[in-house]
Amino acid sequence: MYVAVKGGETAIRNAHRLLADERRGDRSVPDITLSQISEQLALAVDRVMAEGSLYDRDLAALAVKQARGDLIEAIFLIRAYRTTLPRFGASEPVDTAAMRIRRRISATYKDLPGGQLLGPTFDYTHRLLEPSLADGNEPPEPETGVATGEAVPRVTDLLGTEGLIEPDPQADPDAEIRDLTREPLEFPADRSLRLQALARGDEGFLLALGYSTQRGYARSHPFVGEIRIGEVEVEVFAEELGFSVPIGRITATECQMVNQFKGSAKAPPQFTRGYGLVFGQSERKAMSMALVERALRWEELGEEQTAPAQDEEFVLSHADNIRATGFVEHLKLPHYVDFQAELELVRRMHAEAKTGDETDGTPRQEAAE
Amino acid sequence: MPHHTSLDNDTPLLRASGVSRFYGSRIGCHDVSFELWPGEVLAIVGESGSGKTTLLNCLSGRLTPTAGVVEYRMRDGTVRGIFSMSEAERRFLARTDWGFVHQDARDGLRMTVSAGGNVGERLMAVGARNYGAIRGEALDWLERVEIAADRVDDRPDTFSGGMRQRLQIARNLVTGPRLVFMDEPTSGLDVSVQARLLDLLRGLVADLGLAAIVVTHDLAVARMISHRLMVMRGGEVIETGLTDQVLDDPRSAYAQLLVASVLQP
Amino acid sequence: MTERDTSSLPSPSWGGAGGGARSERPRAERKGDAVRPAAPTAPSPTLPHEGGGSGHADTAYNFAYLDEQTKRMIRRAILKGIAIPGYQVPFASREMPMPYGWGTGGVQVTAAILGPDDTLKVIDQGSDDTTNAVAIRGFFARTAGVTTTTSTQDATVIQTRHRIPERTLTENQVLVFQVPIPEPLRFLEPRETETRKMHALEEYGIMHVKLYEDIARHGHIATTYAYPVLVDGRYVMDPSPIPKFDNPKMNRSDALMLFGAGREQRIYAIPPHTDVKSLDFEDHPFEVQRFEEPCALCGSTGVYLDEIVTDDKGGRMFVCSDSDLCEEQRAGQPVDA
Repeated sequence: MYVAVKGGETAIRNAHRLLADERRGDRSVPDITLSQISEQLALAVDRVMAEGSLYDRDLAALAVKQARGDLIEAIFLIRAYRTTLPRFGASEPVDTAAMRIRRRISATYKDLPGGQLLGPTFDYTHRLLEPSLADGNEPPEPETGVATGEAVPRVTDLLGTEGLIEPDPQADPDAEIRDLTREPLEFPADRSLRLQALARGDEGFLLALGYSTQRGYARSHPFVGEIRIGEVEVEVFAEELGFSVPIGRITATECQMVNQFKGSAKAPPQFTRGYGLVFGQSERKAMSMALVERALRWEELGEEQTAPAQDEEFVLSHADNIRATGFVEHLKLPHYVDFQAELELVRRMHAEAKTGDETDGTPRQEAAE
Repeated sequence: MPHHTSLDNDTPLLRASGVSRFYGSRIGCHDVSFELWPGEVLAIVGESGSGKTTLLNCLSGRLTPTAGVVEYRMRDGTVRGIFSMSEAERRFLARTDWGFVHQDARDGLRMTVSAGGNVGERLMAVGARNYGAIRGEALDWLERVEIAADRVDDRPDTFSGGMRQRLQIARNLVTGPRLVFMDEPTSGLDVSVQARLLDLLRGLVADLGLAAIVVTHDLAVARMISHRLMVMRGGEVIETGLTDQVLDDPRSAYAQLLVASVLQP
Repeated sequence: MTERDTSSLPSPSWGGAGGGARSERPRAERKGDAVRPAAPTAPSPTLPHEGGGSGHADTAYNFAYLDEQTKRMIRRAILKGIAIPGYQVPFASREMPMPYGWGTGGVQVTAAILGPDDTLKVIDQGSDDTTNAVAIRGFFARTAGVTTTTSTQDATVIQTRHRIPERTLTENQVLVFQVPIPEPLRFLEPRETETRKMHALEEYGIMHVKLYEDIARHGHIATTYAYPVLVDGRYVMDPSPIPKFDNPKMNRSDALMLFGAGREQRIYAIPPHTDVKSLDFEDHPFEVQRFEEPCALCGSTGVYLDEIVTDDKGGRMFVCSDSDLCEEQRAGQPVDA
């Protein structure tokens, strides 16, 4: 006698216990600590903060641990938690010109005020596995210098004083700051919403789209005007005081692409901007974002739309990995009611086709219903 | 010959006044004015880049002109500016009283929908809800454009280029429009296929009393189906008149050059 | 009694707002499988926003998880949806602690309308016991502490995925659907800007083109689930992937029906007693699936059946998809399905 399936609750509980055990792994190996993750897997933590849209290293490290290193799962944990937080307001725009620089490079000038500063980078390392890391050897202390205090102006500002690059669009100071996480995304989206969506968008997706623009799908002739990584101060305007007060520092990566533009009726030929700004250290993400951001601006610059990276609806609707992973993975939920409906239809059509074959020897064109 | 014999023969069906369209500083078309009468076929000719497609898109409401007015006499006799009506009205007009035949049939057909579905769509869009009646109408129209009835359930991606164009025409005419826009309807077809299509078009236009605006770079096409001709160059209309008159006795140097450059029929 | 002790809950999360719009209505009689929520488990102490002046561990999260501002925003969307039956209202869907595509829209709608006196039932594929239904029921038992039930008639709020219960719903009940793709025009026109225009202008010809194609190819309409409907003679609506068998249950229903699509950020509604017509042709009218045999367990007829494969030799049996109905039938209770 068939008995309907029961016990979903117990099965789920047991599955989660098993997950917790697997997460812990071999219990003779020391439990990984959050500070180890935060310090030694720092770029994983950075990505979780960036795409989780929440700047908190400790929580991001916890999420990485809980997710067993699955970064999209970790981002998901942060996003779900973020929902429960109250929103107090928006900060003043961060001033990246005043960034405390850890790394700053420009591909457009050999030397420039403030200098090129390589900083901690994988660039120019030979990608050879280092057995000494497996042995746990301590690396030598880094060389340090004394900060000169010299101003490090943004490359785009240098171009700007000559009028060779489009001015940075100035937001209306009285306009309400829109928030992608508090209002539905509707199209067409303005630039600030686009940038928000890209900043929290999936690194891999943006990388692929940015790459596609380089291969000719909406080519924009990009130059890396500048990439800078470092700490910026976050300030909020205090109504009671009548001025802005700093609330802390965050690490951010900024990329300003300088792109060719052949001019239009309204504007002479000049350089245009593609902009990327990401929490933590992630040049790949910031650069990809800048390429895609520029590609999305085709309409305002009077360019032709020819490629996926320019398609606002396509890009913004699919950039979010939490949505993407949820919807792709929901296919594993039961669908047997709908499948039953399809099964019934296919069986019926099979039967109809067979009847048709038997009666007149040819497949029926149209069943009489 | 232009037909000025319609019931409302004192008002044109469509009137363009000073229509201009700029792309930045570049001219698409500049200061174009003309009138189109019911049952009249107007050909717009010129080389590629002359602005004829821009003008067609402005006239058909697909592109907003930078300056100028396009007016249309509705079925109820009122004259309306097509850019001053609401988008809802304009879209309704475009799928009932107008047709648009694209150069590439893929732009005008649903390639994954059967021929019958393609023809039936406009009927369903205006509320037809009887499958048998819709299908009957589709079959009737396929016959009129010389597509065999047994292809009614086939998708246009299995059709030849000429068949696709004929299907596109049927899809447009099923709601009995009074005005059809055509953008290079015969280019890309073999010469013999072109001739058959033009013949068919000429017959339909005459039978149905359709007005049409046809963009073409091919003077032979213009001669075969149009009553009147507009020659464009650099976004401007440089010569206009009865088709035979312009082709047999072009006044402007450019039109003379254009006519001389093609073999006379 | 199943009244929850509210004195230990922090006032900001409880207050009037947490009670939702429906808390003053007399509670439905609870019986059957109604269960008290299990003792809440403590949230992680490292989370910085924990507390709120309460010693009660479960209240680290607001009643039904969402904060009151968010719930108000969702209620506004719901009210707009009710005012314009079948119209998709954009709303600022929140990131929920469950994946997009797994019912985040339904969960947010439920969270926004749930009051402490409500009795919640959650089904997936018609059954209370499927894993996702269990998970969502557990979520609300934990975060809202509401009474849950598997009994259709005892529930005041029913969240569902892919089915409408067989038992006729009443004016005291709200059915909340989980919706994956709210846009019925989506697979004919992928662009949101265009589909919104098509709705605004009632350009629905293409919907019938799809049905036309089915008939031309198969002799009958071949859409079996997520079968599009016209609501109140105006908006074409996707009823979510319920089998078309369930479509007639929406027409002039006594219960309010709410649809939540979290990933796509849309909410829509069918108010009670609203005309809901499945699209069709005059000469090819809408029809529902029919099953040739009764449920092998309870003998019900005229209900939707699941096919159970019993062996690898073609053996199969058909049993009720609605597990509550099946159990009640077997227990000999009268059902007005």
